[in-house]
Amino acid sequence: MRRGLGAIVALLAASILIFLAVQVLPGNAASAVLGRNASPQAVRILEHQMHLDQPLATRYVHWLGGFVHGNLGDSSVALAQGATHAPISHLISGPLSNSFILASITALLMIPLSLGLGVLAAVRAGKPTDHLISLGSLAGISMPEFVIASLLVAVFFVALRWLPPVAIVPPGTSPLSDPKQLVLPVATLLLASLAAGIRMVRAGMVEVLQTEYVQAARLNGLPERRVLWRYGLRNGLATSVQVLAQNLQYLIGGIFVVEAVFGYPGIGSTLVEAVQNRDATVVESVAMLIAVAYVLINLVADLIVMLLVPKLREPA
Amino acid sequence: MSATADQPVVRVEGLGLALDTGAPIIEDVSFQIAPGEILGVVGESGSGKSTLALALLGYTRPGVQFRAGKVEVGGESVIGRDDRALRALRGKVVSYVPQDPGGALNPSMRIGDAILDVLRAHRPDASGEESLTAALARVEMHRDRGFDRRYPHQLSGGQQQRVTIAMATVCEPPVAVLDEPTTGLDVLTQDRVLAELLRLRADQHMAMVYVSHDLAVVARMADRIVVMYAGRVLEAGPTSTVLEHPRHPYTQALVSAIPDVRQPRALRGIGGVSVGVGEWPKGCAFAPRCEHAQPQCESVVPALATAATGLSVRCCRWQELSLGQAQASSVRMPADARGGAPLLEVSGLEARYRSQSDDQPAVRNVSFAIEPGECVALVGESGSGKSTIARCVAGLHVPSAGTITFDGRPVPGAARARTLDVRRRVQIVFQNPYQSLNPRHRVGASIERPLRILRRLSAQAARQEVGELLQRVRLPARLAERFPGELSGGERQRVAIARALAAEPDLLVCDEVTSALDVSVQAAVLELLQELRVDLQLSMLFITHNLGVVACIADSVLVMDQGSVCEAGPVDGVLNAPTNDYTRRLLKAAPSLSERRAPAAAPVELRATAPIPPL
Amino acid sequence: MKARLRFMRRPSGAIGVAILLFVIAVAVFGPFVAPHPPTKPVGIPLSGPSSADLLGTDSLGRDVLSRVLYGGRSVLGLAAAATVLAYLLGLSIGLAAGYSRTLIDPILMRSVDVMLCFPPLLFLLVLIAGAGSSDLVLIVGVAVVQAPQVSRIVRTATLEVSVRGYVEAAIARGERAPAVILREVLPNIMVPVLVDAGLRFTYSILIIASVNFLGLGLQPPSSDWALMIGENRSYLAVNAWSVLAPAAMIAILTIGVNLTGDAVARTLGRSYVPRAMRTVSA
Repeated sequence: MRRGLGAIVALLAASILIFLAVQVLPGNAASAVLGRNASPQAVRILEHQMHLDQPLATRYVHWLGGFVHGNLGDSSVALAQGATHAPISHLISGPLSNSFILASITALLMIPLSLGLGVLAAVRAGKPTDHLISLGSLAGISMPEFVIASLLVAVFFVALRWLPPVAIVPPGTSPLSDPKQLVLPVATLLLASLAAGIRMVRAGMVEVLQTEYVQAARLNGLPERRVLWRYGLRNGLATSVQVLAQNLQYLIGGIFVVEAVFGYPGIGSTLVEAVQNRDATVVESVAMLIAVAYVLINLVADLIVMLLVPKLREPA
Repeated sequence: MSATADQPVVRVEGLGLALDTGAPIIEDVSFQIAPGEILGVVGESGSGKSTLALALLGYTRPGVQFRAGKVEVGGESVIGRDDRALRALRGKVVSYVPQDPGGALNPSMRIGDAILDVLRAHRPDASGEESLTAALARVEMHRDRGFDRRYPHQLSGGQQQRVTIAMATVCEPPVAVLDEPTTGLDVLTQDRVLAELLRLRADQHMAMVYVSHDLAVVARMADRIVVMYAGRVLEAGPTSTVLEHPRHPYTQALVSAIPDVRQPRALRGIGGVSVGVGEWPKGCAFAPRCEHAQPQCESVVPALATAATGLSVRCCRWQELSLGQAQASSVRMPADARGGAPLLEVSGLEARYRSQSDDQPAVRNVSFAIEPGECVALVGESGSGKSTIARCVAGLHVPSAGTITFDGRPVPGAARARTLDVRRRVQIVFQNPYQSLNPRHRVGASIERPLRILRRLSAQAARQEVGELLQRVRLPARLAERFPGELSGGERQRVAIARALAAEPDLLVCDEVTSALDVSVQAAVLELLQELRVDLQLSMLFITHNLGVVACIADSVLVMDQGSVCEAGPVDGVLNAPTNDYTRRLLKAAPSLSERRAPAAAPVELRATAPIPPL
Repeated sequence: MKARLRFMRRPSGAIGVAILLFVIAVAVFGPFVAPHPPTKPVGIPLSGPSSADLLGTDSLGRDVLSRVLYGGRSVLGLAAAATVLAYLLGLSIGLAAGYSRTLIDPILMRSVDVMLCFPPLLFLLVLIAGAGSSDLVLIVGVAVVQAPQVSRIVRTATLEVSVRGYVEAAIARGERAPAVILREVLPNIMVPVLVDAGLRFTYSILIIASVNFLGLGLQPPSSDWALMIGENRSYLAVNAWSVLAPAAMIAILTIGVNLTGDAVARTLGRSYVPRAMRTVSA
C-alpha cells in the first residue's frame, strides 16, 4: 500500500521532470519544431495549438490530466505540418505493440536464462563452469547494444547470409508474421541484458550460499539438494527478483537503440524520431509511458519479494 | 550405532588441522567424552576452539584441512568420510548448536518445518507431529501457543537459540556440539538457556561439547574442561580441579583475569597478544606472554603430561611451579580520596531517538552525580539506554529533557555548543576498538588531534607528547608511526584511551570499552584504567553489561532497565544486598567462577600423547 | 601504493589495465600519427583496405583508420567529464545526506526513486529533445543521470562510517562538520566509491556512445567511434572495416574498464550486487 503510494509520488515527480525538461529548457518548442525561418505568425498559431500561450502550470495540469485519461494530445510536428488532428495515441499504438512483442520475447528468454546460468555459476562457484559463465557475461556486460548488433549483423548477414540485417514491419502487420526478422534484434537485446542479469543473480546467490543457515542446514545432515533449493535458492530468489526487475528495465532502455539499429518500427524508434524532430508532445507522452512501465515493473518486483520474504509481509 | 554406557561417545586422538598454506590451526588435540558428560572447551580468539567444534562434525571451513589424528563420534570415524556418510552422522549422532541463532535459521521457513526438516532427513518414517511437539516441549516452547507456525524473525534471540537447540535434539543424538551458544544473548536469557541445556543433559543423557571463551559459563556447565591456546590443549581435567588449582601458567592467568561479581579482586591481565594462525612460535606458544617462561620454553613444545588421574598439563615447568589461586582483595579507591562538590551532575535526563515512538524514550528520568575521583558504573542489558546516557554526557546525543551540570555549570547538549574547556575535560572511549581509530591515520596523528584542537598545542609540542601518552598506556612510543590496522584489539583500545588522555580530561566516559576484547586483554585494560584513575585523579563514567567488571572497578553503580534506573548506590551495597527485583535477577544470572557444579559423570581419563618434536 | 595496485596481480586486472592504456593511447596520441585528416575524402567511398588506406574508406571516401585514430577523444573525454561531474554531485549530496541524516536524506532518497523511473538513455533523450544537443548537455545529462546512484552509494557508506568511534570522537571534540567529513569520513568511504567508479565510467561510455550512434549527440562530420558506426552501418557489406574498426574500439574499451573494475572489486572484496539490494536477503 505504502509502496503503491510511493510509486505514484515518484511518477508525479517524474512527470514534472519530463515536462520541465521538454518545455522549459532554452528554445521554445514551437519555434524548435518549425525551424528558424518560420514566420512569427506561424509560430503564434502553433503556440496556440500547443497551448504554449497558457501558463506553464496550466499546461502541465492539462497534459497530465489528459495522460491519466488516456488522451495523449496531438503530435506537435504533425500540427506544424498543417494537420488539425494528429492524436498521439494513434501514432504510437502500432509501435507500442511492436515493442511489447520484442520486449516480451526477449524477457521470456532472459529471465529463465539469467536465473539458470546465474544459479549454476553460483553453485559451481570457483569451478570451470563458473569461470566460463562469468567471463562470458563480463564481455557481454561491457558492450553497448549497437556494437553487439553490428557484430551480429556482420556475422549472420554479411558473412553467413543467414539472417536479415533489418526488421521492417509494414504498418498493419504483426512482427510475428516474419519471425526470422526478429532473431537478431532479440539476440542483441538478450546478449546485452543477460550478462548483467547472470552476474547479479550469481553474486546474490553466492552470498546466500555462504550464509550461516545454509551451513547450519549442512551441519544438520540435510540432503544437499534440499539445502540448495529450500535454504539456498529459495532465499536467493528474493534478491534475484529485484535483479531481474532491474534487468527488465535495462532491456526497455536497450530497445531505443536496438530498434534504431534494425529499423524496427517500435516505440523506441518513434521516440528517437520525435527527438530528432523535436516533437515535444510525442516525447513527453512516450517518456511518460515508459516511466509508467518502469514503475510497474518495480511494484510487481516488490510484491513478489514481499511474498518471498516473510519478514517483509508484516507492516513495519 | 550409539555408544554403550562405558564406552566414550566421542574419541579425539592426536587431531591436527591446518590451512591449505600449511599453517597449523589445531595440533595434537586428544580427549574423550563419556555418555552424558559435558566437556567445556575454553579458549580466547584464535585458539582454534571453533575449528575443533566443527571438526567433531567432520566439517572444515573452506581453506582448512584435516592433517592428522582421529575423530570418532558414536563409534564412527568422521575424517575422510564421503558426504553421504557425514550427512547420516550430522544431526543424528552428533548435532550442532551455532553461535548466532538469528543467522542460522532459514528466514523463509516456519520453525516447525525447520525442525521437521532435520527429523525427516534422518528418520523418514518417524511420526513428525509427535517428535516436533516433544522437541519443542524440551526447550519449553509449546505448540499450543503456535510457536511452530512462527518465522525466525518473529522470535526473540533467546527463543531463536532454543529453536536451534530443538533442532539439535529432535533426532535425540548422543552428542551435541555447542559453539558459543549464549554469547550473543543477554545475561538473563543466557541463564535460562544454560539451565535448559543442563536439564536436557539430565533428561536425555546427552553428551555435550560446550565451546566458549567465557570461563565462568563453562565453569557452570562443564564436568571437565579443556583449555586451548594457539591450537593446542594446555591443560585438561575436572572443572573444579582446573579452576581451583590451575597447573598451567596460562590457566592460572586466565582465572585471575576474570572479573567476578561474587569475588571482586584486583584483576591481572596477561601481557602481550595471543598468537594468530601462521605465527606460532617454535616452542610453547604461550611462552612469549608467560611470566614463568625460561629459555627452554622457547625452543621445545612441551608434551601433554599427566599430572594426576584425568588431569594433564602441557608445560615444561608444571612440576616446579606452584601456582596459587588469585587472591581476593578489594581494589577500590579509599573513600577519603574523593569528595567535594560533584564534578558531573545529571538530573531528570530523558533521551529519544527519532525512529522511536513518542511514549517510549530510550532514557527516562535518569539522575546521578559523579564526585571528583569517583567511578560510577551504569550497568544493564542491551537496549537499557546505558550507552545513550554516555553519549549524552559526551555531547553526542542531545537530550530531550533534563540537565547536565559539569563542574557546577550547566552544559548544552551538543558538543559543538559546549565551551572548549568542557569539551576538553570530558572525554569518551568507545566500545569497538576496530572502529574507534581512523584506519587511514597513523596512531600518532590520531593522538595529536585532541592535543592540537583541545589543548591548542603547536604541531611540534603535540608530536613530542604523543610518545609520553603512548607510554602512559603501556605502549612503545614507536607505535605512533603505525596504522591501526597493524595493531591488535587491545592495543587499539589503549591508543583510544591515550587519545582521550591527550586532552587531560577530568571525566572519562568509558562505553563498554572492554566488551569486544578477550578476557585476558580486558583485564589488562581494566588494570590500566584503574591505575590511571589513581595517578591522574580521573573521574569515570563506566558503561558495561558485565556485573563482574562493575564489582572490580566501580565505586557506585546504577542498574538500568528499559531506559530508567531501577537501583542505585555504592557497589558493595547494591551487589551484596540488592533491594530491587531486577537487580537480584541480574545478579543471580551472572555467571561466576565461584559457583561450580559437581561433576555428574565419572571423568574419563585423558591420555597423554608423545611430545611433539620441535619444528 | 603497493597495496593499491594489488588488483594488477589478477590476470583480469593486468589485462584490463593494458587494454585501457592501449585505448587511451589511441585516443590521445592517435591524431598525431593519423595518416590523413579525419574529415577529408581521400579516395573512392567504401573502398576496401589497401596499402594507402589500411582500413579502407567510409561512405564519404574518408580514411577509416584516420577517423578511428581521431574518434576516441570525444567519447573518452565526454564520458570522463560526465563521470567526474557525477561524482562531484554524488559525493557532495551523499556525504551531506549520510552525515546529517536529517532533511536532505529523505529528499535525496526520493530523488533517487524518481531517477529510477526512467532508463538513463531516455532521460538524456528527453533532455536533448528540450535543450538540443551539445557537449554540455551530454555531460550534464549523463552526470545528472548517474549522480543519484553515486550519492546513494556514498550515503550508505557515510551512514556506516559516521557512527564509528573516530568520527564521534571528532564530533565530541567539537570539530566542524566539513573538517570531520574531509578528515574522518571521506578517506574511509573511498573503497565502495572506487569499486563503483569503474561501473559508472562504463555506463557513461555506453550512454554517450548510444546517443552519438543514434545521431542525437555529436553531429557529422565529427569523427567519433559511435557516430562512425551509425553512419556506415548500412554499408557493412561493402567495407565492413568502416563499422567493425570503431565497434572493436568501443568493445575493447568497455571490456577493459570492466575487467579493471572487476579486479579492483574482487581485490577489495566486494561483489557487484549493490548494497541496497543485499538488505532484502538478510
